Amino acid sequence: MTPRKPVDTGSPDRLYTVTSGRSRADDSFDLVTLIVAESGPSSGMQSEHARILELCRHPTAVVEIAAELGLPITVVRILLGDLLGTGRITARHPHAARSLAALPDSALLKEVLHGLHNL
Amino acid sequence: MGSTTSELPQQRIPLTDTAETGLKIVIVGGFGVGKTTLVRSVSEIRPLNTEEVMTQAGVGVDENGAVASKTSTTVAFDFGRISLNATMVLYLFGAPGQERFWFLWDRLFSGTLGAVVLVDTRRMDDSWYAIDRLEHHRTPFVVAVNRFQDDERRYSLEEIRQALALPAHVPMVDCDARLRQSGKDVLITLVDHLYDMATAQEATP
Repeated sequence: MTPRKPVDTGSPDRLYTVTSGRSRADDSFDLVTLIVAESGPSSGMQSEHARILELCRHPTAVVEIAAELGLPITVVRILLGDLLGTGRITARHPHAARSLAALPDSALLKEVLHGLHNL
Repeated sequence: MGSTTSELPQQRIPLTDTAETGLKIVIVGGFGVGKTTLVRSVSEIRPLNTEEVMTQAGVGVDENGAVASKTSTTVAFDFGRISLNATMVLYLFGAPGQERFWFLWDRLFSGTLGAVVLVDTRRMDDSWYAIDRLEHHRTPFVVAVNRFQDDERRYSLEEIRQALALPAHVPMVDCDARLRQSGKDVLITLVDHLYDMATAQEATP
């Protein structure tokens, strides 16, 4: 593995255009929130919105959308907020936000263990 | 680097339509310790790379205490995926352990099941900050020692525990991050630990 340093995205203009200058993202989208498209792309739609709807024909995590689009997660959250607002997507959030110190319940962990053993 | 893992598919594999719950485990460690290798060995997809940009107010002070006014900081990280069953999907995040990435950790750790600290005995210093940060967040973790082939001075797990001043309740495990079975064992060690903690907590009224 090559050492990686913080990278400059190099194209702030592009990111500015993609988000129409907005920088405040919708924090309700966790990295592992699963996004599902409720409709296909329509003509005249911003290309990034269209790409997201294509990707999310099947459930797709926010972090995977970011990787596939090559956009920072913050930018993807803004775009998802747009699509959620117009009812184009639905979001399957992780289990209720716990405090950092709280443990998930043992029943869920048992399922995780079972899944790992079956790999 | 030799590998006994099967080749991962090039094409994007979508999740099943029944997938509804995303879960997170974070793998932390210094550069070159094998985080991506570990993610790759157990992931069902090729590890993907993405970046997080920090633009929020209140994070504009870097580690030198200088105020970074309008410049946002970007950091890249890898992740992989394991479909556990029809509804649960586990995402594994490889996070750089250096102090300057603390803001990424705070974001990644939020809601994570737990963490794996991957240790290279040749550079154990890299692990201290990670362990300190996890303890601060009270994120449950295990320590996995990646045994490289050229690890001639094989410190025992007990010696490493002492060197890292790890409390007795933190599980430790040897691993070879290149091997799928070994990577799987590391994850099982972590989730076993979480399960024990959860059942103990539930038994306490």
